[in-house]
Amino acid sequence: MKAICFYFQIHQPFRLKRYRFFDIGNDHYYYDDFANDDIVTRIAMRSYIPAAESLLRMIEEGEGNFRCAISITGTALEQCEQYVPEFIDLLKKLAATGKVDFLAETYAHSLSSLIDPDEFANQVKVHDEKIYELFGQKPKVLRNTELIYCDDMAPLIYEMGYKGVITEGAKHILGWKSPNYVYSAASQPALKLLLKNSKLSDDITFRFGNHDWDAYPLTADKYIDWIASTPPEEQIINLFMSLETFGEMQSRETGIFQFLEALPRFAKERGIEFWTPTEAVEKLKPVGELSVMHPISWADEARDTSAWLGNKLQREAFDKLYSVAERVRLCDDRRLKQDWYYLQASDHFFYMATKHFADGAVHSHFSPYETPFQAFTNYMNVLSDFIVRVEEQYPLEIENEELNSLLTTIRNQAREIETLNKEVNSMRQNIEHYNEEHRLREKKAQEATLDEVAEMPEAPAEAPAKKTARKPRATKADKATKTGDEAPKRRGRKPKNKE
Amino acid sequence: MFGWEFPPHILGGLGTASYGLTKGMWECGDMDITFVIPKPFGDEDKHFANIIGASQVPVAWRDVTRDYVEQRIGKLMDPDLYFKLRSNIYADFNYMRTNDLGCIEFSGRYPDNLLEEINNYSIMAGVVARTLDFDVIHSHDWLTYPAGIHAKQVTGKPLVIHVHATDFDRSRGNVNPTVFGIEKDGMTHADHIITVSNLTRQTVIEKYGIDPAKVTTVHNAVTPLSEELLNVEVTKPKEKVVTFLGRITMQKGPEYFVEAAAKVLKNNHNVRFVMAGSGDMMDKMINLAAERGIADRFHFPGFQKGKQVYEMLKASDVYVMPSVSEPFGISPLEAMQMGVPSIISKQSGCAEILTNVIKTDYWDIDAMADAINAIVTYPAMHAQLKEDGLAEVNQITWDKAGAKVIDIYHKVIGDKH
Repeated sequence: MKAICFYFQIHQPFRLKRYRFFDIGNDHYYYDDFANDDIVTRIAMRSYIPAAESLLRMIEEGEGNFRCAISITGTALEQCEQYVPEFIDLLKKLAATGKVDFLAETYAHSLSSLIDPDEFANQVKVHDEKIYELFGQKPKVLRNTELIYCDDMAPLIYEMGYKGVITEGAKHILGWKSPNYVYSAASQPALKLLLKNSKLSDDITFRFGNHDWDAYPLTADKYIDWIASTPPEEQIINLFMSLETFGEMQSRETGIFQFLEALPRFAKERGIEFWTPTEAVEKLKPVGELSVMHPISWADEARDTSAWLGNKLQREAFDKLYSVAERVRLCDDRRLKQDWYYLQASDHFFYMATKHFADGAVHSHFSPYETPFQAFTNYMNVLSDFIVRVEEQYPLEIENEELNSLLTTIRNQAREIETLNKEVNSMRQNIEHYNEEHRLREKKAQEATLDEVAEMPEAPAEAPAKKTARKPRATKADKATKTGDEAPKRRGRKPKNKE
Repeated sequence: MFGWEFPPHILGGLGTASYGLTKGMWECGDMDITFVIPKPFGDEDKHFANIIGASQVPVAWRDVTRDYVEQRIGKLMDPDLYFKLRSNIYADFNYMRTNDLGCIEFSGRYPDNLLEEINNYSIMAGVVARTLDFDVIHSHDWLTYPAGIHAKQVTGKPLVIHVHATDFDRSRGNVNPTVFGIEKDGMTHADHIITVSNLTRQTVIEKYGIDPAKVTTVHNAVTPLSEELLNVEVTKPKEKVVTFLGRITMQKGPEYFVEAAAKVLKNNHNVRFVMAGSGDMMDKMINLAAERGIADRFHFPGFQKGKQVYEMLKASDVYVMPSVSEPFGISPLEAMQMGVPSIISKQSGCAEILTNVIKTDYWDIDAMADAINAIVTYPAMHAQLKEDGLAEVNQITWDKAGAKVIDIYHKVIGDKH
């Protein structure tokens, strides 16, 4: 028995506007709203929305057979919410069918896993929260940015509570092995790996509409045939692709949507099921361990991280960006944090690649810049301004550790002040309580003395003594309660003046 | 080949390109090249081409002895050739200003009576064409077109003209009608036209009305620099240096460089700008720099020659060529050879073949300032452009250009091997 595991990626970065170096320090808005609106809306209309509708139809008509997974980045979600909210509604509908699995990934589609585990964990957490908020799901399987994965990451990912990771079935890692099994991570055997079947995935993504391809035209019948003819012991065919494949990379005219919608019918004829990644890692046992020494990804011919960190420009920009990571995490300026996420998108580094030939063509196809040098200049200008802003919050002269200790002191003090305030409050309440009781008692006592005076005029010796003893205290307490509202304010201001 | 300049005595890019191409063709083998220049100095590199000086070609018969010739021009020309040429004088040019050997004196520069020199050069060409045996005539730039046409008319051999620049480039559109006439005449008579870039090819087709089928682009290349030049020693100032190197004329767009400099200096004080060269707009530029209040960081060292050029480049961090119209522009390639990142205008021909440079529109001073700032501020940008630029420019060699020119020769001669 075989199963197809579909996963569709949705990502859009916040593209930067043309930002000159003389804007550094003057202009703190970095994004090209027009281009972002234009691109996101166009791709949503041509691809995301019709593709999501197709998936919805496939689920409805498939009588519960068709399942798939979707992974959408935080930045893409934000832009869809802003420009094409109807697509979010469609995603919610898909989530409501219960047949669609949403995967965990980094909020900003960042490369943080390669340099900053804290940032990585934080972003995945933030993304999970967003997914839960919108779709009510708690992801079990992680898809790291661009399917980047290596042994070093596995323990952390497992600790974060994920059962499986999606990554590339890179030839140089697999060797003679087949991607059509579940493997376990060498550094954390409890973590399962789902590997992309590159050949079958790329047949759809890159070759579907290519007239020069010898398998053209690709029909659903033929495609399922290929899958069915894989060795019977191979259990799972992982088809991972960008959702843009449908309608954008392969235009509607190629018949890509009809192809997609026809898949479940032919799959059913041949007894092939559809599983989500979560089901796959739950149902299947790993056939062996897979060790990945150096990070792999699904980009470019090399299937490594050279698409983003292959040259000096990219490295410099990347190192510069993460040099302030700790500082940004220390502060809590909302806009600064937002920019921090947006600037981490791997796309900015992708545009700076200086590769040639086929890879180079892919890079320049997606790049809004004419040359990698322009991409670098623009990004660095923006980054310079961003760093200036971070420095404004925390001057550079202070070492990170020193800053940290200062911040802990401040936080400790804040905590201390809080507890002291609480104490003050409870004290004040006590006093009030006491006063009230006291007043009541006095009233009673007064009434009693009046009664006594009225009823028992023969015992005056004790009463005046009581009165003189009590009255001054009562007036003091009265005053305290009256000025009670003002007193703490004055007290609160004083230390500030001292500062 | 007819040319006007030949290293080491050159005034601009024309000489460098003629030399490189000739050498490149010689490297392809099976070529016998004669290069005619107005005035040789005797120190030209002769191992790959026979150099004939127009100043040594007799156009009027003089009764001189072999010893006299040997003693007069022996180091410039073989006396045998002198006598061979003398026997091919085709008309009496005694009315012209000729010297004791019956030769016309050429300055080999661009004097005020340039048109007269061009005419004299073509008279001389008639003698050369009658004397030598050759298959193709190749004329470099408009100064030698009349000579080429004359040689073609005398011998009936095919004429190839090499357009290194047109008057549209030099004048930003206000062409000199005489020069235009000479250029147009040359292009009309040519059997094939070689342009140094597609940009120039377009000008030739559109502005001169030439059939596109007979215009081919052969991009220029660079000659590898000697170890000595690559390792010139200079003391670098502690600031970053941004250099403009070339004639300070309208064609080269110097004012955009000054404006971009002003923009950079407003935000970044760690930079010095150098405008090396001379030209009719120099005073205007000095005024402009003063007007922008950047004169303390903007320097005019004047015309640089020979080794000075490379010292200048070596001391630079960025090279800028903001040409308004540049048929090719070999200087950024030289800067790249010296490991200096270059910023060039999209309106220059070399932009068609270079990738590891920054290209901006010549009028886009914002982009230019931004690029300058990026290279001096971000070390990775400098390193990437330097290394990849070096690798790229080392691939642009003259023998490849030479092979293309030889193909064109075969085409015009009409043989199919």
